[in-house]
Amino acid sequence: MSKNKATVFVRLKDGVLDPQGLTIEKAIKNMGYDMVNSVRSGRFFELELGGGENSKEKVTEICRKLLANPVIEKFEVDFDK
Amino acid sequence: MKFGVVTFPGSNCDYDAFAAARLIGEDAEFLWHQETDLRGCDVIILPGGFAHGDYLRSGAIARFSPIMKAVARFAAEGGLVFGICNGFQVLLESGLLPGALIRNRDLRFRGRDVYIRVERNDLAFTSEYRVGDVLKIPIAHKDGNYYNFSGDVELLKKSNRVVFRYCDREGNVTDRSNPNGSADNIAGIVSESGNVMGMMPHPERAMESILGSSDGYRMFISIRNFINRSIGCEKA
Repeated sequence: MSKNKATVFVRLKDGVLDPQGLTIEKAIKNMGYDMVNSVRSGRFFELELGGGENSKEKVTEICRKLLANPVIEKFEVDFDK
Repeated sequence: MKFGVVTFPGSNCDYDAFAAARLIGEDAEFLWHQETDLRGCDVIILPGGFAHGDYLRSGAIARFSPIMKAVARFAAEGGLVFGICNGFQVLLESGLLPGALIRNRDLRFRGRDVYIRVERNDLAFTSEYRVGDVLKIPIAHKDGNYYNFSGDVELLKKSNRVVFRYCDREGNVTDRSNPNGSADNIAGIVSESGNVMGMMPHPERAMESILGSSDGYRMFISIRNFINRSIGCEKA
């Protein structure tokens, strides 16, 4: 059976400056939640798949070519039925 | 000679680049991003703006516009490709130049004049300047913070591929004069072969002193002289 949904998580690689994450982190601390040590931001995409051959490989290819910039980002894909 | 200016949906400095080419008395033509032919243009400008709304990442979608295949081929054959601001972002996403531009370190959109120092004048784009010249050129961007893993920045420096660095009015490269947090104050870089250049500041907006600065003028003259020389060589 073909997988019909892929969820892609794109994150900045470790060590890449994340000004957005830092700003959110400051806001959280200003709100008084001092148990939060750090925040890293990222984004996710849901791809509905129509089946077909090699869809896992193709989704990985899409991530590599478009959804993530391999210079600064890494990605993970969850496939669910 | 003829300048080709690529227009993506969301480009907004294409007319400025076109006008800059015309101001130095040369021909210019717009190339719509869906086209696949560069129509004999001698130099291709990828202009500033927000191609495809800057969705996903700046330049990420534009990289897959049909014309970019022709641009990559043109670059591989030694053709001059010049990416300004958003055009620089497109060149990085395309892999025609190394690295990435991330959000400015203070998260703000910065639109103002900055000073940049010329680091190389042996290029088609900069031959009319002297090394160390300080140019006043405007910037207008939010994602201009040049990022690369530190080893790669070292490599760029070693291979002398940094063309412009942010500096103060006197030409000192300082952290204070860095408007966006770019590694090593990098404002513009060039490909190994020297024919693909990208920069964040907008020389096409600094063509006439009545508009604040004419320091970009000589960049367009450099390009023209280079092309005319190579056309002359072909004819000879």
